[in-house]
Amino acid sequence: MEYVSLAIKSIFIENILLAYFLGMCSFLACSKKVDTAFGLGFAVIFVQTITVPANWAIRHFLLRPGALSWVPGVDLGGLDLSFLTFICFIATIASMVQLVEMILDKFFPALYHALGIFLPLITVNCAILGGSLFMVERDYSLASATVFGFGSGAGWALAICSMAAIRKKLRYSHLPSGLKGLGITMIMTGLMAMAFMCFSGINL
Amino acid sequence: MASASKKLLMDPFSDNNPITVQVLGICSALAVTVKVDTAIVMALALTSVVSLSNVVISLLRNVIPSGIRMIVEMAVIASLVIVADQLLRAYLFDISKQLSVFVGLIITNCIVMGRAEAFALQNPPKESLLDGLGNGIGYGIILIAVASIREILGFGSWLGFRLLPENYMGNGLALLAPGAFIILGLLIWLQRTITKFVEE
Repeated sequence: MEYVSLAIKSIFIENILLAYFLGMCSFLACSKKVDTAFGLGFAVIFVQTITVPANWAIRHFLLRPGALSWVPGVDLGGLDLSFLTFICFIATIASMVQLVEMILDKFFPALYHALGIFLPLITVNCAILGGSLFMVERDYSLASATVFGFGSGAGWALAICSMAAIRKKLRYSHLPSGLKGLGITMIMTGLMAMAFMCFSGINL
Repeated sequence: MASASKKLLMDPFSDNNPITVQVLGICSALAVTVKVDTAIVMALALTSVVSLSNVVISLLRNVIPSGIRMIVEMAVIASLVIVADQLLRAYLFDISKQLSVFVGLIITNCIVMGRAEAFALQNPPKESLLDGLGNGIGYGIILIAVASIREILGFGSWLGFRLLPENYMGNGLALLAPGAFIILGLLIWLQRTITKFVEE
C-alpha cells in the first residue's frame, strides 16, 4: 500500500514536470505531435525505471559516506565519495540509455524504430537526472526508488501526451503573434499544473 | 570593444535570449525563482559554469574526436558543476539547501550543453568566453525578472525588503508551480512583442 501511495504521489500530486519543472526543454520541443510525445513519454518511463534503481545501487554501495566498508581486506569505511555523485549519475544515465538502445535494437526492433532519435536525447533530459537526485535527497529504499522512478516517468509521459493533444487543437486558434508557440504553451502548462493541484491531499 | 565581440556579448540579452527565444534552460528558470536571492545565486552559478565550460571546450575543440564529443562535453560540464556545488555548500550553505537538486541539474541545463555544441566547438576561446558570459547574463536577466514578480506578488517584498504595506496578504498562487508557468508565459509574450520575434 505504501508503494501504491508513493506511485500515486509521484504521478499525480508531485508530478515531476508540473510541480518540479523538470524535463521542460524536451516537453516544449517534442509536444507538437501526439505520436512523438507518446514515443518519448514511453522511452522516459522505461529509462527512468531503470536508472533510478541503478543509481540507488551506485550510491548505496560506492558513493555514500562509509559505503565502501563492504570491500574485504582493506579498510575503506572512512571514505566519503559523495562529491562524485553528479559525474557518476550522469555517466550511469548515459550508459544505461546506450544499453537500453542496444537491447531494444536487438530484441524489439519495432519499438526501437518507433522511438528513433528520442532515446539518445533522454540522456540530457533533466527529469532523469533530477529523479536520481531526488532519490538521494529523500533517502528512498531500493523498492521505493524503483516505484518512484516508474511513477515520475509515468507522470512526465502523462503530462507530455496531454500537452501534445492540447497543442493539436490549439493549432487552429487565433493568437496574438508574440504569444504563439512558447508563450501560449507555458500558460497552458500553468493551467494544467493548476488542474493537477486538485490531486493534492489524496492519501492512500 | 569591437562591434563583433560586443554583438556576441549583448545579443543573448534580448534578441537571442537563451530562455525566451532559444527555449533552453526553462526548468531552472521556473524552479529557483520563488525568491530573488536564490535566483541571483543560480544565475551566477550558471554564468560561471557556461563561460568556463565554453572556454575549456573551445580550447579542446581541435583534439576532441567528433564521435565522443558529447561525453567529453558532459565530463567537462559535470566537473565544473561539482566545483560550483562544493563552493556553494562551503560559502552559501543556506541558499545551496534551498536550491537543492537544481545546482546539480545545471549539468543537464540545455543552455550549457547547447552553447558548447553550437558555439564553443567552432570558435576560439575569447569569443566563446564572451558568448558564454552573454548567454549566462541573458539567462540571469529573465531569472531575476521572474523572481522579482513572484517575490513581490507572493511575499510583498524584494530581496527580503518589504515593498508592499504590511497588511498585504501575499498571493499564494505566484509562489506555486502554476503561477511560475503563467508569469514566465506572460513575460515571454511581452519580450517577443517588443523584439517582434514570431515563432512559426
